[in-house]
Amino acid sequence: MLRIKGLTKRYRTGDLALKGIDIDVPDGQVMALIGPSGAGKSTVIRCINRLVEPTSGTITLNDTEIVALSSGNLRRMRRRMGMIFQEYALVERLSVMENVLSGRLGYVGFWQSWARKFPQSDIDEAFRLLARVGLDHMADKRADELSGGQRQRVGICRALIQNPELLLVDEPTASLDPKTSRQIMRLIKELCGERKLAAIINIHDVMLAQMFAERIVGLKLGEIVYDGPPDKLTPAVLTEIYGEEDWASTIRKADDDAEPVDEVAPATPSIERDRLAGLT
Amino acid sequence: MMSDAIVIPKKVWQRRDRKTQFAVWLAWLFGTAVFVYCFQLISERTIWAFVLDAPAQAVDLGSRMVPPAWGYIHYLWRPIWDTLNIATLGTIISIVIAVPIAYCAARNTTPSVAFVRPVALFIIVASRSINSLIWALMLVTIVGPGVFAGIIAIGLRSIGFVAKLLYEAIEEIDESQVEAVRATGASPAQTTVYGIVPQVMPAFAGITVFRWDINIRESTVLGLVGAGGIGLELNAAITQLYWTQVSLMLLVIIATVILSEWVSAKVRHAII
Repeated sequence: MLRIKGLTKRYRTGDLALKGIDIDVPDGQVMALIGPSGAGKSTVIRCINRLVEPTSGTITLNDTEIVALSSGNLRRMRRRMGMIFQEYALVERLSVMENVLSGRLGYVGFWQSWARKFPQSDIDEAFRLLARVGLDHMADKRADELSGGQRQRVGICRALIQNPELLLVDEPTASLDPKTSRQIMRLIKELCGERKLAAIINIHDVMLAQMFAERIVGLKLGEIVYDGPPDKLTPAVLTEIYGEEDWASTIRKADDDAEPVDEVAPATPSIERDRLAGLT
Repeated sequence: MMSDAIVIPKKVWQRRDRKTQFAVWLAWLFGTAVFVYCFQLISERTIWAFVLDAPAQAVDLGSRMVPPAWGYIHYLWRPIWDTLNIATLGTIISIVIAVPIAYCAARNTTPSVAFVRPVALFIIVASRSINSLIWALMLVTIVGPGVFAGIIAIGLRSIGFVAKLLYEAIEEIDESQVEAVRATGASPAQTTVYGIVPQVMPAFAGITVFRWDINIRESTVLGLVGAGGIGLELNAAITQLYWTQVSLMLLVIIATVILSEWVSAKVRHAII
C-alpha cells in the first residue's frame, strides 16, 4: 500500500509543481493519473522513487517512509519500485538481455555487474519474462534494433524483474501508435493482475485511461481535481481537468468497451502471442 | 466589367530593404579596401626578385631530390618504428589520464561543479594550449633526448584533446537512460557502467583512433628537437643537404600516415 500525504514540490525555478497531494493506492490497484501537460503527473511519479526530491510531505510504501531515506536505504527502496518510461529509456547500445538484467543491478555487486555475471536465477527469470511478453528470441538483439512496441515490452520486463511492490509508469504509450498503445496498456494491466501489483500510470490519453484503469485521478496545476472510477468521468469533470472542449466523443460508452481484437485474443492465445512477438 | 475594374496592386518583394542593401555594399567596400592596403604593406617588405626566382629554385631542389636514395631505407626502419611507438604509447598514456579528467569535467558526472570541474577544465586548457613540439623541447632538457621525451610530450599534449572531446560526449548523453538505470536501485558506479559507458563508447573509440592518427603525424617532427623518431634522421639529412635521403623520408612518412588513416577509418567504421 502506497500512501502519499501532503506531497509538495517546488522546483528551483520557483514553480510550484505540486500543492500538497494526498493519494492512497491499495495493493493491486491500477490507477491512472490524467491531466494536461505541466499538471505535475511526472513529478508525482518521480517524487515516489525520488528521482525528483520532494520539497515536503510524506510518502510511505508498505510502512517504509521514503522521503527521509539515506542514499543507501533509498537504493534498497528503489529496488522495490519498478519504473516504465515514456521513451522506453532502454540503454540503446546494450542488448535486450542486458537491459532486462539491469533491473537486478540493486541486488548484485559492482564487479559482478561489470562482468555481466548475474545469478542463474536472475537469468532464468529474465528469459521467463521475455517469453511472457513474446521477446525471448530477441534476447541478444541490441535494444536500438527493436521497434517502439518491442522496446516498451523490454522496459516492462526490466521493471518486473525487480520483483517490485509498486509499478511507476510514466506515459507508457506517448511514443506508440494507437494499436501498440492498447497492447502495451493491456499487457501492463494483465501483468499487474497476475502479480497483484499496484501501479500508477501517467497517461494523457483519456480513453486509454478509462479502458485499462480501475481508478482515475485527475491532476490540474498540481492539485487533485478528480478521484474516482473511470465511468464517473463526465464531460463536466474533463472540463474541470483540461478546460472547455467538446468531450462527448472522448468519453467511452458502456457498449463499446472492447474492440474486436480484444474478443478474439483470449480464444486464440497463439495469435495473441504472435501479435505481441513484435509484428507491430 | 467588374473584373476589369478591380486592380490588385502588385506587392513588391526584395531580399533586402534599401538600408540593409547599402550596409552590405559598405561592408564589401571596407573589406576590399583593407585587403588592398594589406597587400601593399606586404609587398613593400617582400624581395620580389626572390619570389620570382622561386619556381626555378623549386625545380632545382626537386631535381636534387630525385631519385630518392632507396638504399638508405634500411636505416629508416628503426626510426619509423620509434615514431609509431611514440605515437601509440603517448596516446595510451593520455587516455589513462584523460578519462578520469573528462569524468570530472563533464557537468553531469563531475563530483563537484564548484571545485573539481574548474581544476579539470584548467588541466585540459593547459595541455591543449602547449604544442607537442614545445612540450618535447622542455622534456628533452628535463629527461634528456630520446624516445622517452617524445612519448611524454605526445601524452601531455593529447590529454587535453581526448579529455575535452570525451567530456563533451559525456555531456551529450541521453539522461533518461541513466535515470532508468538509477531507478532500479543501482549504485552510482553501476549507473556509470550501465547508463553512461555504453552511450559514450563509440565517441571514445572514435576520439582515440583520431588522436592516434594525429599523434603519428606529430611524432614525425618531434625528432627535430631531439625527441626521437624519424624526425631526428630528417633533421640530420636536411642539415647535411642529403636531399635524396630527405625525399625518401618524406615518402616513408606519407606511407605511414596513409596507413594510420586507413587503420583509424577501419576502426571507426567497425565501432559506429
